[in-house]
Amino acid sequence: MTQSTSEIVARCEALYEDLSFTAAREWKAAKEGRKVIGYMPVYVPRELIHAAGMLPLGIMGGGDNLEVVHGDAYYQSYICRIPRSTIELGISGRLDFVDGMLFPSICDVIRNLSGMWKMLFPDTYSKYFDVPQTYKDEIGGTFYIGEMRELLRDLEQIAGHKISDDEIRNSITVYNANRELVKELYTLRAQVPWQAPASEAYLVIRAGLVLPVEEHNVLLRQYIDAVKAEDRPIKDNSKVVVTGMFCEQPPLNLIKSLELSGCYVVDDDFMLVSRWLIGDVPTEGDPVYNLSQAFLHHSMSTAAKYEPNQEEKGQFLVRAVKESGAEGVIFASTSFCDPALLDRPMLQNVLKEADVPFIAFKYAENSGQMQPIREQAGTFVDSIKLWSAA
Amino acid sequence: MKPSIVKAKPADVLKDASMIKQKEMMAAHYERLTNAPETGEKVASTFVPGNLNELLMCFDLVNNLPEVNAIQSGLRKQSGQYIMEAERAGHSEDVCTYVKSDIGMMMKGNIGPNGKELPKPDVLLLSYTGCFTFLKWFELLREQYKCPTIFLQTPYMADGKVTPNMIQYMVEQFKETVIPTLEEVSGVKFDIDRLREYLKKSAQAEDDLVYILETGKNKPSPIDAYFGGIYYIGPIFGAFRGTDDAIDYYRFLREEVDERIQKGLGPVTPDGPMDEEKYRLVVEGPPNYTSFRQFWKMFYDEGATVVASSYTKVGGTYDYGFRHDPDRPLESLAEYCLGVYTNRSLPMRIDMLSDYINEYEADGLLINSIKSCNSFSAGQLLIMREVEKRTGKPAAFIETDLVDPRYFSAANVKNRLESYFQMVEQKRSGKGAAA
Repeated sequence: MTQSTSEIVARCEALYEDLSFTAAREWKAAKEGRKVIGYMPVYVPRELIHAAGMLPLGIMGGGDNLEVVHGDAYYQSYICRIPRSTIELGISGRLDFVDGMLFPSICDVIRNLSGMWKMLFPDTYSKYFDVPQTYKDEIGGTFYIGEMRELLRDLEQIAGHKISDDEIRNSITVYNANRELVKELYTLRAQVPWQAPASEAYLVIRAGLVLPVEEHNVLLRQYIDAVKAEDRPIKDNSKVVVTGMFCEQPPLNLIKSLELSGCYVVDDDFMLVSRWLIGDVPTEGDPVYNLSQAFLHHSMSTAAKYEPNQEEKGQFLVRAVKESGAEGVIFASTSFCDPALLDRPMLQNVLKEADVPFIAFKYAENSGQMQPIREQAGTFVDSIKLWSAA
Repeated sequence: MKPSIVKAKPADVLKDASMIKQKEMMAAHYERLTNAPETGEKVASTFVPGNLNELLMCFDLVNNLPEVNAIQSGLRKQSGQYIMEAERAGHSEDVCTYVKSDIGMMMKGNIGPNGKELPKPDVLLLSYTGCFTFLKWFELLREQYKCPTIFLQTPYMADGKVTPNMIQYMVEQFKETVIPTLEEVSGVKFDIDRLREYLKKSAQAEDDLVYILETGKNKPSPIDAYFGGIYYIGPIFGAFRGTDDAIDYYRFLREEVDERIQKGLGPVTPDGPMDEEKYRLVVEGPPNYTSFRQFWKMFYDEGATVVASSYTKVGGTYDYGFRHDPDRPLESLAEYCLGVYTNRSLPMRIDMLSDYINEYEADGLLINSIKSCNSFSAGQLLIMREVEKRTGKPAAFIETDLVDPRYFSAANVKNRLESYFQMVEQKRSGKGAAA
């Protein structure tokens, strides 16, 4: 049955707002023995979880609809919000159906949260998932393969059965399709942003964090086809890239506010797990090796990742601007986010060299007051138009 | 050129030879560092946790530690202006003040504690150990200095154990990246026997350091293992591990501490020997450096001695048995990096602090939570509750910053400390349960 854009987006928004993760609960309950493994930003190899027959569940904090009652008692005021809302999700029982949690290597806060999780939820499997920050095959690659094999052993124990290479290859195939569809959506948005606005694309991709990947692939296809079939009005907006939102997610209102203030967001770093690996991961040969190769040599750049080559520093952003046809960059960083805020001056220097205009502001996942952001972004767009005209 | 060996005068040995010795060592080191452009010595900047001083010495490189420079700026009350300089240049008010102090200092001419300009590093040894900020800090420095940058990743000890995969990863990095690049930068061929010699000396000094830190178990404790401890760890955490200077320093210090034990004396403070020991504390977290003496005075004025601290383990957890091992040089360096305090999981940190409270017979735990330092700070409130639960001893929480004077509120800290000491008194008199 064909669904309209608004129906698809409404479904995705309902999934986004559901802090009880009903869809994932229902998936688990549908068949005995099913397991769910939660993961935090930025990246985990979801293929391994999928290959174990489990549902990878993206936990991106609590957003702006979650009242944090317990979580604040665990953190000082100068720590970002995502760990406190994640603890809130745990303590309030919203994650009581989750059989394991993965905390990827991203920053010291999420790293320490992995230990807190062990203390707070001793009966649930939890793992700090370390990834290499060195990219030579025989060094970082070997280490990463070792870390993935350890994760596989843990998953086998939880699943109660072995995970074969063929199962991993099949999972890589399904996730390759997912990456391809996400890429298609990003390309479409960059070309005709009025057809697929960022606030919608965000919800559609975010649905992939709570749905089985096969279902998400269908959803993505439906959305892309639906928006292509529609004729939506073009606005006098400026194309911008937003960066710095790779961990704690912005409230949906923030993305909508950027659009209302005259921005077409044509590239971003929301939910990078969906786009971390660039291109298809080969399905022939050792699948774990292939995943490691993709991580080392064909993956996205972000502030949580070390850039070994000074000449390459920040160039990913310049390329994103060029490829998406953007006219400027908005640095939107979570308050107290070490990776994003320490990286920002370096990226800004690169943009200055490349003559790309930018602005910067901070937010939290529960930011409610959008007027200052709207004013700042609106002024930025006006100034872009003035410069372009000059 | 190798570092000159500075000898303290024998007549001073029974008094405060260690203090004189350390001052001489630090002064000589900064002279060596600032004279490097003239002498032609090459300079490597690196970090305290994961500091590979013995390896750097194998290449005749002078060790420059930006964290220590930031501490020196804090103690000299210069860090505030440096931080604001960095913030004016676009660095966020939210991030690590060590980084901003270092960058601000660079922008203001990079003048070291001896009043001379610190040299540009020839190489940045980015030993990524226990602190994410290190990674970005040296990307920022690389942007300025445009010098070779060596990246060494220390995997996090999340599950409380060192795995063969971790050791293999680190040793491969040493062999394939770190050592070849250091050879290239320095022009010196790597000699593993030279490394073994330095590691042997490291282990000797480490034995004495552990002996000294563990004297905190005496009553009264002859040392303050936090404020005094900052001085005691200086040589071994800095540019002297693996040198004869460090061996001499710790021997002198050990003699002094033994003498204090024999005489039943407490720690030496900036205002002289401490009077009666009323409270024995374990402290978690780094200190504030911009008001260091004022902060310390709040403790010794109340008769509070810190008998053990976690901060004195950021450059190595020697009291948990680790020693640099000349028979397994590269593996040993890997284990050293893996074991530093900030690379240990939260449950490991809780175990350690609870053990300290029990073994050092402390009255409780005090956490100095540092705004700048997520590696230490994220999770400390859970640490506090868990240690309290396990030991039955009261814990308290104060908030300051490393080198940003804007985040040291003396009145607030003093109030909290006074309340905490009252809580300890109540607990002692059996009223704690009702309080």
